Amino acid sequence: MSGFTPQFRPEHGEATPWTVLRPDGELEPGREAALSDEQLRDACELTLFSRAFDEKGFSLQRQGRFGTFSPVRGQEASVVGAAFALDPARDWVVPQYRELPALLRQGLPLEQFMLTFLGDPRGGAAPEGVNVLPIQIGLAAQLPQAVGLAWGHALQGRDSVVAVFCGDGASSEGDFHEACNLAGTLRAPVVFVVQNNGWAISTPRARQSAAATLAGRAPGYGIPGALVDGNDLLAVHQVVADAVARARAGEGPTLVETLTYRLGDHNTADDASRYQPAEELEAWAPRDPISRVLAHLRTRELWDDAHDTAVRERIAARIDEAVRTVEAMEPPGVEHLFEHVTETLSPRLQGQRAELQAQVRTR
Amino acid sequence: MTRLNMLQAINTTLRGELARDERTLVLGQDVGRLGGVFRATDGLLDEFGPDRVVDMPLAEASIVGAAIGLAAAGLVPIAEMQFLGFSHQAFHQIGAQLARMRYRSQGRFPMPVVIRAPFGGGVRTPELHSEALEAQFVQSPGLSVVMPATPADAKGLLQTAVRSSDPVLFCEPLRGYRLVTGEVADGDAPVPFGKLRVARDGTDVTLVAWSAAVQVAEKAAEALAEEGISAAVVDLRTLVPLDEAGLADAVAATGRCVVVHEAPLSAGFGAEVVATVNDAAFYSLEAPVARVAAPDTPYPPGRIEDHFVPGVDRVVAAARATVKAA
Ligand SMILES: Cc1ncc(C[n+]2csc(CCOP(=O)(O)OP(=O)(O)O)c2C)c(N)n1
Repeated sequence: MSGFTPQFRPEHGEATPWTVLRPDGELEPGREAALSDEQLRDACELTLFSRAFDEKGFSLQRQGRFGTFSPVRGQEASVVGAAFALDPARDWVVPQYRELPALLRQGLPLEQFMLTFLGDPRGGAAPEGVNVLPIQIGLAAQLPQAVGLAWGHALQGRDSVVAVFCGDGASSEGDFHEACNLAGTLRAPVVFVVQNNGWAISTPRARQSAAATLAGRAPGYGIPGALVDGNDLLAVHQVVADAVARARAGEGPTLVETLTYRLGDHNTADDASRYQPAEELEAWAPRDPISRVLAHLRTRELWDDAHDTAVRERIAARIDEAVRTVEAMEPPGVEHLFEHVTETLSPRLQGQRAELQAQVRTR
Repeated sequence: MTRLNMLQAINTTLRGELARDERTLVLGQDVGRLGGVFRATDGLLDEFGPDRVVDMPLAEASIVGAAIGLAAAGLVPIAEMQFLGFSHQAFHQIGAQLARMRYRSQGRFPMPVVIRAPFGGGVRTPELHSEALEAQFVQSPGLSVVMPATPADAKGLLQTAVRSSDPVLFCEPLRGYRLVTGEVADGDAPVPFGKLRVARDGTDVTLVAWSAAVQVAEKAAEALAEEGISAAVVDLRTLVPLDEAGLADAVAATGRCVVVHEAPLSAGFGAEVVATVNDAAFYSLEAPVARVAAPDTPYPPGRIEDHFVPGVDRVVAAARATVKAA
C-alpha cells in the first residue's frame, strides 16, 4: 500500500488531480513510485504495445483488413496504471471497449481482441481463467454487472476485486448512477475507473455534466472519490491500488476519475477534426503519457536505447504474429450464427440452421 | 423534384420543419456540433442555434423523458437515438411513458414527439448497432412505427411524423443512407401514415416488405422475372398504423404472398402480416403465406451477418416455392 488515501475535495473547481510523475519525468516532491523497477519496465512496455497496436490497427483498418475500433491513444497511462494495480489471478477487469492493455495484462490473447474487432464471433471466446468480461458496446451497461460480479465473489468468500471501466460520456447514463448507488449500499469490492478523456464522440465533457468533477459525485453515493492525473501512470496506479486495497479489506467501492485526453478520432469511423480544437490537441501533446514514463525510466537508467529498440522489435513481432494468425484462420461459417445461442438448440432453431446451411450450399 | 439520397432527404426535411414551426427542436447525442454520426443533422446547429439543435448528455432515457416533458410544455421535439439498438436504454420512457401519455392524461397531453433511429444490417457495425427492433415497439399501443424505404418517403413520412400530435418512432435504414437515392419532391409533400406503396406490379406472387428489405424484395422480383415469375412488391411504409385493406388487396391480386424482414422470425412483424392476410384475404390465397426473416439468434458480428440478414436468394427461393405450391 502506498499510504495514499483517495480523497476528494468537493469544493467547486478546487479539485486538483493527484499526480506523482511530472511531465518532465521527475517525481513530485515527497511522492514515490509504488511499482518495482521491473513492474515499471513492464508497464512501460505495455503502454508502448498499446500505442503500436493502435497505429497498426488504424493502418489495417484503412486497408480493409481490420474492423472499426476505438484506439487507446492518449489514455494508455489510465488503463495500464489501473491494470497494474490488479492481481490478474484473482481480480477482474470489466471493460467498455477502449481498454485493450488492461485486457492483455489480464491474459487475454491479442488474437482474441483482434477477432472481435474483425467481426468474428470467435473473438468472444476468452480462455477460461482469464478474468475479464467481454467488451461492452452499450455504454455503462457493464457497470451494474461489475457490481454484481464483485458482490457474487464476496458472497462466496473470495477476495477478488473488480475494476470496471467507462468514459465520461457513459457516466451520464442511468446505469452508471444505479451501479454506484448499489455498490455503495452493498459495499461491493469494486473500483469504478471513469476515464475522462474530454469527449464522448463530439460531445465535450462540459456538456456531459454540470458537476465540477465526475469523481466529486462520489459522496452522493456514500463512497470515496478520487481525481487523478490520467496521463500519469504512477499516479493512476497508486490511486487504483489504494482503492483495490480498500475493496479487498471489505471497505467497499471507490470512484476514480482519471483526467486524460483522447488524442484524435473516437474510432476509425470518426473524424475528430470536425469538432476537436487543434489548440486543445497541441496543449495536451506535451503531456503524452508515454513520453512521460519513458523520461522517468531513462532518468533512473532503467531504459536505454538498446532496451528501447529491443522492446519495440518484440512488440512489432508480436503484433505481426497476431495479424498472421487471425488472417490465416478459416472464416466463420453459417453455423456460427447458431453456436452458443443456448445450451441446446430448440427444434425451431435446428430447423432454421438446416435451412440456412442448405441455402448456403446452393449459392 | 431533386435527386437525393436518404440522408439528404432527412436533412432537408428536418431543416424545413425547423424553419416551418418554431416550436420544433432537435435533440440527441452528437446532433449539433458534429451534425450527427451520419451527418443527418449537418448544418442545423449553425442555422437554428443551440436552443433548437441540442447536443444532449449521453443518456437515452433522459433524451426521451425530456422529450415527453418538452411536448407537455407545448414544444415539438424530434429526438435522435444514435442507433435503434440503444433505444433499449430508453425503452421504459418510450414504451411505458411516451406511448401512453395521451391515454393516461385522457387527452390533456398529446405527445407530438418523433424519435428518429437508424438501424439495420449489412454494414458491418459493432454489436448493438444493426438490430431490427420494430416489433418491440409495435407492442406499445399509442406509438406509430414508421419505416421508410425511399428518400421520397423519408421526406414525406417525416413531415407527417413531425406534424402529428401523436408519438412516432421513425426508423431509418442505415444501409440505404447513402446508397439509396431517388427523386424527392421539393417543399411540402407529406405522405399519410397507413397507406402502403406498390413498389412494383406483378401477377404471380406479392412480396411484402418494409425499410431496407424493400430493395431486397425488388431485386428478388427482378431475378424472378427472368424465371418467368411476375412478382409484385409492396412496401408497408408504416407498421402502425397498418394498411390492412391495401395489404388484403395486394395479396388477393396474386393469391400468393411472401413477407420479408430483417428481424428474427419468431414474433416478428411478419407474423402479424400473415395473421392480417388470414383475416382479410384468406379465401383468395392459393398457397400458405411464407416468411423470409433472420433466424432467432442474436445479431451476429460482421463476418457472418450476410447469412443472417435475408438476401435476394432466400426471397427468390421462397417465392418460387410459393408459386409452385399447388
Ligand atoms: C447506450 C449507448 N448509447 C450510445 C452509444 C454510441 N456511442 C458509442 S461510443 C459513444 C461515446 C462514448 O463516450 P465516453 O463514454 O466518454 O467514452 P469514450 O469513447 O470517450 O472513451 C457513443 C455515444 C453506445 N455505444 N451505447
